[in-house]
Amino acid sequence: MRVALLATCVADTIAPRAARATVRLLERLGHEVDFPAEQTCCGQMHINSGYPDLAMRLIRHHADTFGGYDAVVLPSASCAGSIRHQHAVVARSRGDAGLAERADALAARTYELSELLVDVLGVHDVGARYPHRVTYHPTCHSLRMLRVGDRPLTLLRHVRDIDLVELPAAEECCGFGGTFAMKNSATSGAILADKVANIRSTAASVCAAADSSCLLHIGGGLSRSRTPVRTVHLAEILASTEGTDAL
Amino acid sequence: MSTAFLGMPELPGGHGNLRGAAEFPDAARQALGNRQLRDNLAHATGAIRAKRSAVVDEVPDWEELRAAGSAVKADTLARLPELLEQLESAVQARGGVVHWARDAEEANRIVTELAGRQGAREVVKVKSMATQEIGLDAALDAAGITATETDLAELIVQLDNDRPSHILVPAIHRNRREIAEIFAEHMRDDQGRPPTDLGDDPAALTEAARRYLREKFLRTPVAVSGANFAVAETGTLCVVESEGNGRMCLTLPDTLITVMGIEKVVPTWRDLEIFLQLLPRSSTGERMNPYTSMWSGVHGEGGAPDGPREFHLVLLDNGRTRALADDVGRQALHCIRCSACLNVCPVYSRTGGHAYGSTYPGPIGAILSPLLTGMDADDTNASLPFASTLCGACYDVCPVKIDIPSVLVHLRGQATRSGHRTERATMRLLAWLMSSAGRFTAARRLMRLARFGARGGRFRRLPPPLSGWTDHRDLPAPPRRTFRQWWAARRRNGGGAR
Repeated sequence: MRVALLATCVADTIAPRAARATVRLLERLGHEVDFPAEQTCCGQMHINSGYPDLAMRLIRHHADTFGGYDAVVLPSASCAGSIRHQHAVVARSRGDAGLAERADALAARTYELSELLVDVLGVHDVGARYPHRVTYHPTCHSLRMLRVGDRPLTLLRHVRDIDLVELPAAEECCGFGGTFAMKNSATSGAILADKVANIRSTAASVCAAADSSCLLHIGGGLSRSRTPVRTVHLAEILASTEGTDAL
Repeated sequence: MSTAFLGMPELPGGHGNLRGAAEFPDAARQALGNRQLRDNLAHATGAIRAKRSAVVDEVPDWEELRAAGSAVKADTLARLPELLEQLESAVQARGGVVHWARDAEEANRIVTELAGRQGAREVVKVKSMATQEIGLDAALDAAGITATETDLAELIVQLDNDRPSHILVPAIHRNRREIAEIFAEHMRDDQGRPPTDLGDDPAALTEAARRYLREKFLRTPVAVSGANFAVAETGTLCVVESEGNGRMCLTLPDTLITVMGIEKVVPTWRDLEIFLQLLPRSSTGERMNPYTSMWSGVHGEGGAPDGPREFHLVLLDNGRTRALADDVGRQALHCIRCSACLNVCPVYSRTGGHAYGSTYPGPIGAILSPLLTGMDADDTNASLPFASTLCGACYDVCPVKIDIPSVLVHLRGQATRSGHRTERATMRLLAWLMSSAGRFTAARRLMRLARFGARGGRFRRLPPPLSGWTDHRDLPAPPRRTFRQWWAARRRNGGGAR
């Protein structure tokens, strides 16, 4: 099938490997990936920071950019959550019923990567090989907003040579929370310290997740505490095959 | 977001204890510095969380119960005036007296006058959030009446001249060693003697409190309580508790004064069936709470053999009608004060309750307090909606399905209407840059110049406001190529699917 990729502003700018891996993975599975050039940001930061009025501009831009596609995939549960659960609500509350309708329609065709793979494409084994000890952090928005359940773990369990270890208190937030990390820096740091300690306890060499933003946060904590664990997006693991390694 | 404004009158008097002196980030930083507090909290919230989870998982129709609880609350709020008048009539018919209080000040005045009329110098109190909210103990004290908290944890907090930090477990920030110290220092019997044989053994501590409180129960003529529920059709009040000290207060004194938030009414007796299942499992992690006390009116009248000789019900607004007028926020009034959201919250479980400033801490407090008080410019309560990572754990455990993350986001939209000038300007600029791929790309080219400031591929210290990030974490330098550049190069080289 032909899928439009929303790289997300975070992955496009700071974590391009996650978006590149998404492209490689889907192409390897025989699908056509398009990257609508006008895309920018879903507006989640504006919505969650208390600026729904300013977010309207980004919600409209997103609907204009992706309105013509049958399916949209993104390597972020958080942005997918915003598109699916916030765009139409904000548009409606700002009195733009037309945009709300377009946002609703687009939301129904928008998938986080593991949802697209498992629910739409019906794959569990993507043919990946990843010979590393990996622990998986299920991000809050993938768990409690999108409810992706064990889809990511199902995909990971089918990866060859992976040594998947359970993360203690996995379902607890890493403390990122967007602008929360800056506004409530000390509290965010305290939550992060516990996440880092839990990751360290697994003796994994890789911490994986479905959101580049959470990985940026966790990675920053690992780096600050000189913990030798790499953060890797789920897409990068699934895109790895014989010969490639963490793209 | 639109908010139906119904022309609510501004509250004439004080709100009571719904606002702290400091903004959340500052108060939280202080709390985080207390290692003992952090350990006590982690231990206690972790233990209750596990207990709750076990007893909730064994209920096959838990989701249906949640939906039913939420529906009853929504229905109640939709016809609150009618139900409150029905409650008033039913209470009066059974010999009770009903008082209406617009705010904390009015409620305190009513209770103080009622207690004073009995000539009481002392009252015993059942654990109650509403009376903490209005600051009743201090108001009584100012009138020369000593209030004794009879819930063990509330007593600990009161003896220590401290504030509760959790809805269910007010002394969650204390461990038993600290409690023993508080008892030894502040607990005195009628002859002014401190308790003897006080180790830090929970049984010995409980025994000391029991002896102390029994004296009070036996001689105090007036009790003050809150209410978990009030049944409109029968005028029945309901208090649930664990220790039985509430039952003592509700049955021994001649005069009982109950202060109840107006949202605590439920339409029918049968509705209690839902909440008496939801509340203990969510709250203490028990299948059933040990004591459920119910009373209708006064002893000997209206055919009811139970209850005190004189009963007063104070119906408290204190901002609840203001919250009700907010079409997104009003669901906060569904709250049955179980505190499950506190125990699962990554923020609360590290900062504790005092950082929230208000009687209502944690995720529910972060929405309820600003909804009750409103948010003025420079209002400390305007910092509360931001005291969350929006992780959603609170919504998942809420027994009455309050969508706390959505209400938080909604209230953030209100909080940024005043102040926040620099931030709004920045956000406006970002929205402009990000609503065009051309502008976004140009801005990123500038940003990537920052690469030269990075060492070893990362930033370890950045100026404000980015210092908020680098205080606790490194920031990787932006990579050499954005994804967009990679994509463009790949297409030029004929790679990819097209």
